Amino acid sequence: MIRVAAALSAVLAALALAGCGGGGSKNSSSTTKDTAAADKTPVTLTFWSPFTARELHVMDDGIARFHKRYPWITVKSVGAITADKVTAAIHAGNPPDVASMFETDELGAFCNSGAWQDLNKYIDADNFDMNQFPKTIRDYTAYKDKRCALPFLADSYGLYYNKALLAKAGITQPPKTVDELAADAKKLTTRNPDGSLKVVGFNPLMGWYENAPVHWGPMWGATWMNGDKSGLADSPGWEEMARWQKKLIDWYGYDKLVRWQAGTGDEFSASNAFEAGKVAMNLDGEYRIGFIKAEAPKLDFGTAPPPTSKPDLYGTSFVIGTIMGLPKGAKHADAAWLFLKFFSTDPTTLAQMSNGLANIPSTLASLKSTELKYDPRFKTFMDVFANPKSSTQPVLSIGSQNQTLFASFLTKWQAGHVKDQDLHAGIENVDKQIDNQLEQANAGQAP
Amino acid sequence: MSAPAASPPIQLDRTAAKRRAAWRRRGIVAAFMSPWLVGFTVFFAYPLVMSAYLSFTHYDLLSSPKWIGLANYKFLFTKDQTVWPAVKNTLWFIAIAVPLQVLFALGIAIMLSRARRGIGAFRTVFYLPALAPPVAATLGFVYLLNPATGPVNTILEKVGIQGPLWFDSPQWSKPSLTLLALWGVGNTMIIFLAAVLDVPQHLYESAQLDGAGFIARVRFVMLPTISPVILFAVVLGVIEGMQYFTQAYVAANVAGGSASYSAEAANALGYPEDSTLFYPVLLYQQGFRYFNMGYASAMAMLLLAVSFAVTFIIVQNSRRFVHYQGPGR
Repeated sequence: MIRVAAALSAVLAALALAGCGGGGSKNSSSTTKDTAAADKTPVTLTFWSPFTARELHVMDDGIARFHKRYPWITVKSVGAITADKVTAAIHAGNPPDVASMFETDELGAFCNSGAWQDLNKYIDADNFDMNQFPKTIRDYTAYKDKRCALPFLADSYGLYYNKALLAKAGITQPPKTVDELAADAKKLTTRNPDGSLKVVGFNPLMGWYENAPVHWGPMWGATWMNGDKSGLADSPGWEEMARWQKKLIDWYGYDKLVRWQAGTGDEFSASNAFEAGKVAMNLDGEYRIGFIKAEAPKLDFGTAPPPTSKPDLYGTSFVIGTIMGLPKGAKHADAAWLFLKFFSTDPTTLAQMSNGLANIPSTLASLKSTELKYDPRFKTFMDVFANPKSSTQPVLSIGSQNQTLFASFLTKWQAGHVKDQDLHAGIENVDKQIDNQLEQANAGQAP
Repeated sequence: MSAPAASPPIQLDRTAAKRRAAWRRRGIVAAFMSPWLVGFTVFFAYPLVMSAYLSFTHYDLLSSPKWIGLANYKFLFTKDQTVWPAVKNTLWFIAIAVPLQVLFALGIAIMLSRARRGIGAFRTVFYLPALAPPVAATLGFVYLLNPATGPVNTILEKVGIQGPLWFDSPQWSKPSLTLLALWGVGNTMIIFLAAVLDVPQHLYESAQLDGAGFIARVRFVMLPTISPVILFAVVLGVIEGMQYFTQAYVAANVAGGSASYSAEAANALGYPEDSTLFYPVLLYQQGFRYFNMGYASAMAMLLLAVSFAVTFIIVQNSRRFVHYQGPGR
């Protein structure tokens, strides 16, 4: 179904492209307009992004293409910007025209407070088709009925496995279910003569690298909310996940696993445990492929969708991405909207950015772009990204506090400081804490 | 007769001149004080007043503060379950680490005061750690105490002891931070050393003539004499303990592992299992990670009030054991 939709989008994009006379289409809808381009008074647009060094230079190519498309708009690109700096600039009344952030969790706070403008008026005026993005993207770029952001590339999660270690353990294909994952993890684990862990099959400790409930939840079909309230205890997947995790931790021995984990290198360095062959399987984002190529080019690895608790979930995963928005007080809002639209949908730019940054292009049509040059192992991530059953985190007025509170509880659980019979009550208590925060924040009250 | 008639204007002139001179003096004093006054007003008084005001508002740094009365305080005392573990962690540090720091610094000062050779070298060696920036020192300790690859556990292993998990264990994380704090007591140690060396020699000699040994001389001569300095170190230690942040923040982030998104970075605060989530760390998390600046201001006001109250109690009760030299004290 999704393939049909993607193919249709690609055809529409091609039609739009033909209508524009080349140079990159504006979007996937043939009825779309470019109302903000009516005023061609020369402007200089300020664009803040979190990118640095090489990644910032990759952005420059896209900016040059944007300038060619809209010659009256010159873009001043500033890198190494964090959410804190964006906040301070908005507060000081001197924001950039376009801001982008890795901190997608914070969109709720930015949107709820009006710090990032609602883009719906531009979307309506241009008849801009939001359905060119997968549902996950539409979810994480909006807060309630306000759409305060457009996506800039995306990330999805998958299982990385060390082919040589799997072959050595006699495993012929990567695990598809969580039970297989646990069984394979045990087969792949090796110990030193003193009993300490040498190579870990799969590290189930939360808090390590990308091991976070938000990344793992989709493997058990677990969900965060029940209507407007926190619904962790209502989603049985979380308890299944917690028990699965604890069982595997107990097999390793919690202390032994923590000791092994303490000896693993920094996640974003050449001593990353997967790159160094210290862990045989690991859940990580598509960007890891780029890191492996640069830091451990000889590593023989494969990728697969994350194993799941139920067969019908296989092929789905967690999806997230960088967001771009129009801050309150932006001086050139119309030109900024053109920039947002261009960088979230222009097929050539998306392909080029995807090639340069090793991220997933944001539109369904761009997944089929012939301009994409990617490692075959990257396809795993594009497929789970396009899967309509893939999911993302809820956008809340309390930002990521729900994730922090739940992760905090799980670290106590995994250490054995919560009894099995208290698991459900413990999760209910986390729900209560999150609801307290939500209730206050939604009412504009404390905290 | 004209002289008495002229005397009142002369007196008036003198009084006016004195007043002018006094104002001039005040002006000069104010001019000299102005850099401090500006600094105090801009960096202390204004933020304090604003923080007090913001504590009664819902303020997310992005939109205007909205007055909500005591709601932040009500939430702080009745609903926020993360506050009390953070308070407990901070109290642990004040109750255990601060007294240990004072005792350790005093012990080293007493030893150094008795050294006969190489005293300059010893003083330098014991003071040097205080020069290390807190972030660098913490990174160093996290490396040294790494349970898997750290030199401390490697040495312990060689003598047949399996070292603890240090910063990776909720039982050992605060003791590890305490070790770091003890390592960096150079400033307190130097103040103690000056005080110990300042104890009049004749008091020791008198006590010695009365048959007092080393322990008795320390107990009855040195400690009473330097008790104001001990009080100073305790008060300062308690205030610093209540504001303990940098080392806990760095240790949790480094030992807890890095992550790509803000959510995971926020999760690392307090690692492991919230055992290093001290009150100021929680305050930072609320204010700068979650943009709950109104609520963070309420937490800061509570911290200020508690710091003030604790200091007041210590100083009030200190009269029983602090002896000031000189008259009128």
